[in-house]
Amino acid sequence: MPPLLEVDGLQTQFVTGTGTVRAVDGVSFAIERGEVLGLVGESGCGKSVTSLSIMRLVPPPGRIAAGHIRLEGEDLLAKDAEAMRQVRGARIGMVFQEPMTSLNPVFSIGDQIASAALAHGGGGRAAAWERAVEMLQLVQVPSPGERVRDYPHQLSGGLRQRAMLALALVSGPRLLIADEPTTALDVTIQAQILDLLRRLQAERGMSVLMITHDLGVVAELCHRVAVIYAGRIVEMAPVARIFARPMHPYTQGLLRCLPHPSRFGQPLFSIEGVPPDLRRPPAGCRFAPRCPHVIESCRRAEPPLGEREPGHLVACPVLP
Amino acid sequence: MTDAATLATALPVRSRARRRVSFRAVFGITVLLAMGGAALLAPQLAPWDPARQMLLKRLRPPAWEARGLREHPLGTDHLGRDILSRILYGGRISLAVSLSSVALAATLGVTLGLCAGFFGGRADAIIMRVVDVFLAIPYILLAMGVVFALGPSLLNVILVMGATRWVQFARIVRADVLSIREREFVVGARARGNRALRLLVRHVLPNALTPIIVVATLELAFMIIYESALSFLGLGVQPPTPTWGWMLADGRNYIATAWWLATFPGLAIMLTVLAVNLLGDWLRDRLDPRLTV
Amino acid sequence: MTSSPLLEVRGLAKRFEAGGGWLGRRRRVIRAVDGVTFALQPGETLGLVGESGCGKSTTGRLILRLIEPSAGQIRLEGRDLLALAPRELWAVRRRMQIVFQDPFGSLNPRMRVGRIIAEPLAIYDQADAAGRRRRVGELLELVGLEPAFAERYPHELSGGQRQRIGIAAALALEPALIVADEPVSALDVSVQAQVLNLLMDLRRRLGLTYLFISHDLHVVLHMSDRVAVMYLGEIVEIGPRDALLHEPRHPYTRGLLSAVPVADPTLRRERIVPIGEVASPLAMPSGCRFHPRCPFVMDRCRVEAPAPREVGAGHLAACHLLE
Repeated sequence: MPPLLEVDGLQTQFVTGTGTVRAVDGVSFAIERGEVLGLVGESGCGKSVTSLSIMRLVPPPGRIAAGHIRLEGEDLLAKDAEAMRQVRGARIGMVFQEPMTSLNPVFSIGDQIASAALAHGGGGRAAAWERAVEMLQLVQVPSPGERVRDYPHQLSGGLRQRAMLALALVSGPRLLIADEPTTALDVTIQAQILDLLRRLQAERGMSVLMITHDLGVVAELCHRVAVIYAGRIVEMAPVARIFARPMHPYTQGLLRCLPHPSRFGQPLFSIEGVPPDLRRPPAGCRFAPRCPHVIESCRRAEPPLGEREPGHLVACPVLP
Repeated sequence: MTDAATLATALPVRSRARRRVSFRAVFGITVLLAMGGAALLAPQLAPWDPARQMLLKRLRPPAWEARGLREHPLGTDHLGRDILSRILYGGRISLAVSLSSVALAATLGVTLGLCAGFFGGRADAIIMRVVDVFLAIPYILLAMGVVFALGPSLLNVILVMGATRWVQFARIVRADVLSIREREFVVGARARGNRALRLLVRHVLPNALTPIIVVATLELAFMIIYESALSFLGLGVQPPTPTWGWMLADGRNYIATAWWLATFPGLAIMLTVLAVNLLGDWLRDRLDPRLTV
Repeated sequence: MTSSPLLEVRGLAKRFEAGGGWLGRRRRVIRAVDGVTFALQPGETLGLVGESGCGKSTTGRLILRLIEPSAGQIRLEGRDLLALAPRELWAVRRRMQIVFQDPFGSLNPRMRVGRIIAEPLAIYDQADAAGRRRRVGELLELVGLEPAFAERYPHELSGGQRQRIGIAAALALEPALIVADEPVSALDVSVQAQVLNLLMDLRRRLGLTYLFISHDLHVVLHMSDRVAVMYLGEIVEIGPRDALLHEPRHPYTRGLLSAVPVADPTLRRERIVPIGEVASPLAMPSGCRFHPRCPFVMDRCRVEAPAPREVGAGHLAACHLLE
């Protein structure tokens, strides 16, 4: 069975007055059916642009410059606008970070969910409305029959995010792309949403691409994780492996600079320096200027993503 | 701190992007300098006394037309007065009046707007009620009333115009200040010892400059036309002192037969307003360090 | 070991009026901070943690009298801050400073960074220009930046660099107390580590006392000696860091601890996630404010607000379950 989603050598660039920003520069990964893949990195690393590229929603002046994206074997980049519209919602659902701006403030959440149901499933208005209530129940919104008439501003952050999930899932997509869905939420609400996501994913056998900067969220929710830095994947492995034995110096740095109960109060390890300017990425390994293990050859050639151990890919020749 | 000069703390490179000379700035400054220079040097530049009536040469078209005369490049009006000279002398009044009244309106309006927005409470309520009153009365009526009471003179015109248009500044500034005062850098400045006056002048006002400049340029344009309107109604500077407004008023009756009476002062007004607007845009951007540095 | 506390806060409260209320109808009141009491010893770091709407940021600003309290007492170095005349308050401000969350909004975009740092010196010490420049250079070095930064505008700097400027400005007058209001929340994880290290380093070198406010529990636990947990305007639990980490007593504290995602998939934790949403401060629950969300709620909790009781050395929690 081919993977549900295959991304192959994706390159997405932004043409600006000061140069072309190579935001995503050769990213490849696959998501199997029923799998949760985490895409983790800091700001500017290209993780959000990757998700937008898959949905072909990259805003101008951005454009997909190269690569392939295959959903259930079909090439998404070859589809025209109408076909892509069918894909979005029906086959790929998306949930964003800030539900206040991704939900239309002038329509009730019921209206929005029902519209999505109608657009992708047909049937009548009444049936669509019922679907909306069902979905709200699925995402555990209390009193869904009443809440369905609420407007986004009447809901708290957690409820809005649940409404977003309902909207994303109403047409039964096989793949859910979640871009920092819990970052703007309080931590106890975040825990609820993560629990909900985990449950829904298991029940529906859905694949999830989870984009986040929070390694804790990755540990809670994902099966596999890809670490992305300066537009490239530097390490990809099952979650247990990557936390137990991170192999790329960037991944190691990220894990070590987090406050952890075992070392509260002690100076934190910090990764020196700043990410490179993606208009002029350095030759060779992009992490080299900041890497504590750098050797001469690192600066000359970009290390390929190689399989160090079964299932564990790393783009670094230095570590054993 | 490790001295491995962590790149995170490295001084950011200033991209010395070659600053293309701004067309707006050049145009604006050139035109205004020309206007200002012409106004100042009117006695030297004007070929004729602007009040001198030469009735034998009434309604002569500009020199390049068939009946035009070389000694009157822009023609003559219905009383035989030289249009060019009147434009030069008229510019003095129009520019002086509009600049002064904008300065007055801005000073009054910005001060009151700052107080209303920053202090809130009673001060805000009182000031805003006064603003409402001023806005409710049509400014021409107000101007008419005041000029009628005080008598038409250059100073009174400036006072009236300044005292009716301050509300535009006050409202805009107050709105901006309401949001600026909540920003964290203002709170931080308070924590570091700034008291009200210093906060207003050093922190709030510089960040409210953008709307002030925009309103000022719009108001300058407006004042020129406002003065024309007042002159047109007979409330402004009295004849025979020419102003562009008077010339428009006089020329109104001759639009069909002697277009040059109204057209040239109209062009002068238009050029000045255009130059002021462009210059204002440029100045607004120039003063914002986020755009220039 | 009772040296007198640097900061003593008793029954601090702030009420905001929220719309409504005309023709005799009563205005709705938001009790953003409702009876907060704690003390800070010199050199200590007290962490203030809680979710949105708990009142922690408001508490920080109340202490500095950047917002006027509705009730309560604040004593800084023994002086009653609420009894001070404006001139005296102005003089005391140099003893207490604040660092903000938003590196984009906390610096005046129209002022060069050096002037921002030098301003408090100009206002208070009247030092000459050369002296101020020297001091600005010292402060920049103290926060790990080159003196040449003084000529830059805030928008030219990265988020981490802006935070360092904010810290330098706060240190200019050599305060005793610094209120850090979410100082690293807007920063990337790797930059966050750098700034936290800087704050710890400065604390050690300058003998600073911090009130460290954050919604990020791990960051708070990392930086603090003692931690206070706030919910809907009240402190529900307060105690030494290790006590709260290993023996949390209040259900909300336990909920917070279990909800924070930990970057360690092998950690099996007891999951006590509070139910439902944080209540709106406009519709404050009766009795214990946490009762609608508490997995252990009893009848008593709905009617009677629990009083804080001692559950360990310097460790208090307000919960009926503890009896």
